[in-house]
Amino acid sequence: MEVRVANVRKEFERFPALHDVSLDIKSGELIALLGPSGSGKTTLLRLIAGLERPTRGKIFFGDEDASQKSIQERNVGFVFQHYALFRHMTVVDNIGFGLKVRHGPSRPPAQEIRRRASELLDLVQLSGLEKRYPAQLSGGQRQRVALARAMAIEPKVLLLDEPFGALDAQVRRELRRWLREIHDATGHTTVFVTHDQEEALELADRVVVMSQGRIEQVGTADDIYDTPNSPFVYGFIGESSALPVKIENGEIWLADRPIGLQAPHAPPGDATLYFRPHDVELLDGCSGCIAGTVAASRRVAGTRRVELEIGGERKRVEIELPVDHPAAQKSRVAFRPGRWKLFPAA
Amino acid sequence: MADPEIKSYEPYHESRSAAVTESRPAQAVLMAIAFAFLGIFLLLPLIIVFHEALAKGVGAYTQALGEPDARSAIRLTLLVAAISVPLNVVFGISAAWAIAKFEFKGKAFLTTLIDLPFSVSPVISGLVYVLLFGAQGLLGEWLKGHGIQILFAVPGIVLATVFVTFPFVARELIPLMQEQGNGDEEAALSLGANGWQTFWYVTLPNVKWGLLYGVLLCNARAMGEFGAVSVVSGHIRGLTNTMPLHVEILYNEYNAVGAFAVASLLAGLALVTLVLKTLLEMRYGAELAATRGH
Repeated sequence: MEVRVANVRKEFERFPALHDVSLDIKSGELIALLGPSGSGKTTLLRLIAGLERPTRGKIFFGDEDASQKSIQERNVGFVFQHYALFRHMTVVDNIGFGLKVRHGPSRPPAQEIRRRASELLDLVQLSGLEKRYPAQLSGGQRQRVALARAMAIEPKVLLLDEPFGALDAQVRRELRRWLREIHDATGHTTVFVTHDQEEALELADRVVVMSQGRIEQVGTADDIYDTPNSPFVYGFIGESSALPVKIENGEIWLADRPIGLQAPHAPPGDATLYFRPHDVELLDGCSGCIAGTVAASRRVAGTRRVELEIGGERKRVEIELPVDHPAAQKSRVAFRPGRWKLFPAA
Repeated sequence: MADPEIKSYEPYHESRSAAVTESRPAQAVLMAIAFAFLGIFLLLPLIIVFHEALAKGVGAYTQALGEPDARSAIRLTLLVAAISVPLNVVFGISAAWAIAKFEFKGKAFLTTLIDLPFSVSPVISGLVYVLLFGAQGLLGEWLKGHGIQILFAVPGIVLATVFVTFPFVARELIPLMQEQGNGDEEAALSLGANGWQTFWYVTLPNVKWGLLYGVLLCNARAMGEFGAVSVVSGHIRGLTNTMPLHVEILYNEYNAVGAFAVASLLAGLALVTLVLKTLLEMRYGAELAATRGH
């Protein structure tokens, strides 16, 4: 099922949580809404689900306008961060709930409900735990039951609100891989919210980066990581370093000298240069480069992160070097960013 | 991760550090004061009630309870409780639902209003109904014209009792529902349940112990209420006397055995309530702990 969000605005008591957001979700796609808290990602998800109504704009399921439909009519599977399992029901009753509350001929007989619940329990690899209560399950198991429960109603769209947010790192990683497998096996259109960029980039077909109620960028992990289209995305996704520069005659200048980077289309004047700390080319001499004094050097996992003090303004930037690189021992390092981008000075 | 892992929710015991623990003599004194106080003001009167009731033997006791006026008082008390407790259950659940589950104007006002019966003297609660329904009251003429008797009759007693007991269920449920939030209800709705199914299958089971606890306290108060009922009842023997009112009448007639026999029933009710309440607290406490761990 395709989902189209068209110019949606949402206000809570006059406070705008989403400004004019539009998004096309393809059928069968696994898409992540990524952003810091307060970016509106959960609000967008709840709007798609029908747990909230948009102040303005429309939401389409396929060609159908779903904006005014209730959550029951939209037939979406929703998975909550804190599971929201019914604590007085067994696992199998939790999963069968959505079928049990149906009316008339669409309601399968009790035996059929049980069989479907068992099948789903198999799918989420929890067979044998039918009679358990939620309180007797670990966090990871509860979230898998919650997913099975959401899938039991054969939803048009699967929506997950920070599904792994309450779990510890090890379990998160396992469930992430597992969710990907389930998605590939069942082919549900799936939207999940996360504030964890690693989760979003690793799991999703496309990532929607959000900030302050707006969509900053939509793209694959490669698009988002390699060609961020705003200072926010640069700063939010992965590591980034920024330097205040000047553009003159299509060349980038740091303080009073050119750093050997051409920017023929950039408007002259002040700008900010963004680059990835690991994407730098180290240089020996310095005619047209960025040079700085090593202020601090830290070992971070497989690399060495070096903090450089640049020029007279003592502006600090970080670059990453291989652990055994001789430059890490020096007191002065010269480099030039590999991939970089200019944004107007803030 | 595939291993089924069972988490148990042991009640959390706070360990006491030596620094904040009083010396043994100080502890002994504090405990002695507490026990002596409870003994003199609570336990002793309770023993005296049963002692006086049985002072002239079991025969006199059962006879006092079998007397027609006493039986009528017991019947009336049960009837009043049977009407006012369900009414307050409905009211309590509605109010708690409204306050805990959604935002509206006047919410703080409603919350304060629910506490009103706790802060108003029961006599005033009764007087309000006299002013409203009495012969000189606002609706008095109209009611008289239509032949409806509220004051000095069962309807008045029920109204006064409902007024006095309405906070019990609501106050028990509001914090519980607030703590549980809307998550479970949203989940039920997203699975296609309608409002009524959500209430019946999800909300009600989640608050059942709290509800039972509130009903218990509400019932105890409904049966034991004196002040408000006294003002509206008219003290007609065999007709509008509830058990507490009957106890007073018998006592004023120097019928100690009769008075204390009926009083012993009320005291017995209090003891049963206390035991049930303790049992519920044990059960309900575990439930709450599971809720938090969930």
